[in-house]
Amino acid sequence: MKKIIKYVIIDILRNKIVLAYTAFLLLISISIFNLEDNSAKGLLSLLNIILIIVPLVSLLFPAIYVYNSSEFLELLVSQPLKRKTIWLSLFLGLAVSMSFAFFVGAGIPILLFQATATGFMMLGAGLILSVIFVALAMLAAVIARDKAKGIGVVILLWLYFSVIFDGLILFILFQFADYPLEKMMVAATAFNPIDLSRILILLKMDVAALMGYTGAIFKDFFGTQMGLIVSFLVLVTWMIIPTWLSLRKFKHKDL
Amino acid sequence: MKKLIYISLLLFFAQDVFATIIHVGKEQNIKTIRQALLLAADGDTVLVGSGQYHEQNIIINKSIALIGINHPVISGDNKFEIISIKANAVTVEGFKLINSGVSSIEDFAGIKVYNGKDIVIRNNILENTFFGIYIQYGINCLIENNNLTAYSKIEQESGNGIHCWKSDSLRILGNNIIGHRDGIYFEFVKNSIIWRNVSEHNLRYGLHFMFSNDDAYICNVFRDNGAGVAVMFSKGLKMIRNYFEENWGDGAYGLLLKEISDGYIENNVFDRNTAGIFMEGASRIHMEKNQFIDNGWAMQIQASCMDVTVHNNNFKGNTFDVGTNGNLVLNDFNNNYWDKYEGYDLDKDKLGDVPYRPVSMYAMIIERNPPAMILFRSLMASLLDKTEKVLPSLTPENLKDNHPLMKPLAL
Repeated sequence: MKKIIKYVIIDILRNKIVLAYTAFLLLISISIFNLEDNSAKGLLSLLNIILIIVPLVSLLFPAIYVYNSSEFLELLVSQPLKRKTIWLSLFLGLAVSMSFAFFVGAGIPILLFQATATGFMMLGAGLILSVIFVALAMLAAVIARDKAKGIGVVILLWLYFSVIFDGLILFILFQFADYPLEKMMVAATAFNPIDLSRILILLKMDVAALMGYTGAIFKDFFGTQMGLIVSFLVLVTWMIIPTWLSLRKFKHKDL
Repeated sequence: MKKLIYISLLLFFAQDVFATIIHVGKEQNIKTIRQALLLAADGDTVLVGSGQYHEQNIIINKSIALIGINHPVISGDNKFEIISIKANAVTVEGFKLINSGVSSIEDFAGIKVYNGKDIVIRNNILENTFFGIYIQYGINCLIENNNLTAYSKIEQESGNGIHCWKSDSLRILGNNIIGHRDGIYFEFVKNSIIWRNVSEHNLRYGLHFMFSNDDAYICNVFRDNGAGVAVMFSKGLKMIRNYFEENWGDGAYGLLLKEISDGYIENNVFDRNTAGIFMEGASRIHMEKNQFIDNGWAMQIQASCMDVTVHNNNFKGNTFDVGTNGNLVLNDFNNNYWDKYEGYDLDKDKLGDVPYRPVSMYAMIIERNPPAMILFRSLMASLLDKTEKVLPSLTPENLKDNHPLMKPLAL
């Protein structure tokens, strides 16, 4: 297993796309922190990158990588190796390289310029989101045999998690404005890892505003130790379930 | 020679005028303050040595100075009002007053002034009193350098720190007030000044004004109070160089202005409040050189306000700059610094060339539908904000700063 992970990581490094992604993140985060006169504002711009770019790249690149290494996968399957080992190694290799890229590209500038609670929360959220979206990308890649279709699905997934889901929530909020929706909204965030990580970061960044009427409800839930643990568990579930589903699919897939 | 006679005559008759000093203490002949008060005449001084005194209710009905040496402790034994002042020109200085009675019928206080002029209450320490210092019908009184601490947990069972009612020309200087219901409470108080006090961790308001006109509060710190500072139904107030900090929670404001007119708000700092200033029914208020830093809402200005001028203020790091509840805007924003301003300054006059609209679309959405806060800072919300900037529809058209500053003011 170690050998395959090592091979996958070396192959990804040779691919240079991840290197470019790292350099891109690094460039953006450093320029953001240097351009803004107060670094708290820089953190805000970085938030958008974490919530938009990180999921997008973590979806697209692994999906394409899985399609491109289909021959390599066939070769591995012909060896005396368990399919589970192969698939998990591939997942780990991709997850490690994507989160490492994020850590170097955005994490280090955060640690340098904003080593605050908000910064750490952002770093954690970015790492977790990288892994979650690698898992989702691999699920999409294993379900759709056709590469074009797979990539289309992946882009739709990204659109869904970053725009459509929120649009639906906003729609529901306004259609049912007369009902007490606060608790339901807290539950709804569990269905979107981007929203969940965004709220966890907001709780550190906009504490004052969130202490207002409804904010207090979110704060009461997410701000407590219990809420933090629950949110973390939900995020971990978001990593495990797609991986497990894709693994089940891959085990029986006719390559 | 004639002169000498005059002087000696003067001295002879003046004997009567010389105040006597009465000593109270364990080693003295007079052991209790009550006894000393019986002996004292107008103009006398009663010096109280250190120790513990349990004297039920001490009533001062002569114009005397009651002065404690090394903070003698007078206890109300959780039953009594400690010192009641019912005369003019009384000084109470240097005591430690503890454990007054608590009642829901009477307003027991550490020191209560019933109708008096020229009263001085200075350098006292009050601990665990129901009301701290209570002035009613006071004129020209000075309350200076007192430390008031209460440990109340429930609003209904707690009193105010410095409570002033129907008074005129009070000076409240340099007091520290912690843990009461309202730190300083003013009702029907005129021409008074509140200067350099610190009011923090009170259950309700740090400072509470009702129907009090022509007062000023200057250089005070109001921190972490249940609902910040409330100024209601008053006119002609001056609020200068105060700090409003960390008032968090639903309905908590750095400064709440309700039905206020002719106010002047200058050089204050609003730092980390849920809402820096909340205005309702305020008119003819002039605000300048204030700093709004890291608040949830820097200002919430309801449509019921008019002629509020907001000039030359700094807005930095606030989640929302301005919130409002309608489209009617009768107020004037100009020459403020907004850190969210994205305009440019081509003619280099240090003023932005395009107006800044401090009310964001999403602030309006949250105003109408509070749970929408959950989508704040999402891609969806930023898209809505951006489209609104191009085509304003929800946000009030006239609420804008026509000449925003490019650089923050040095305040």
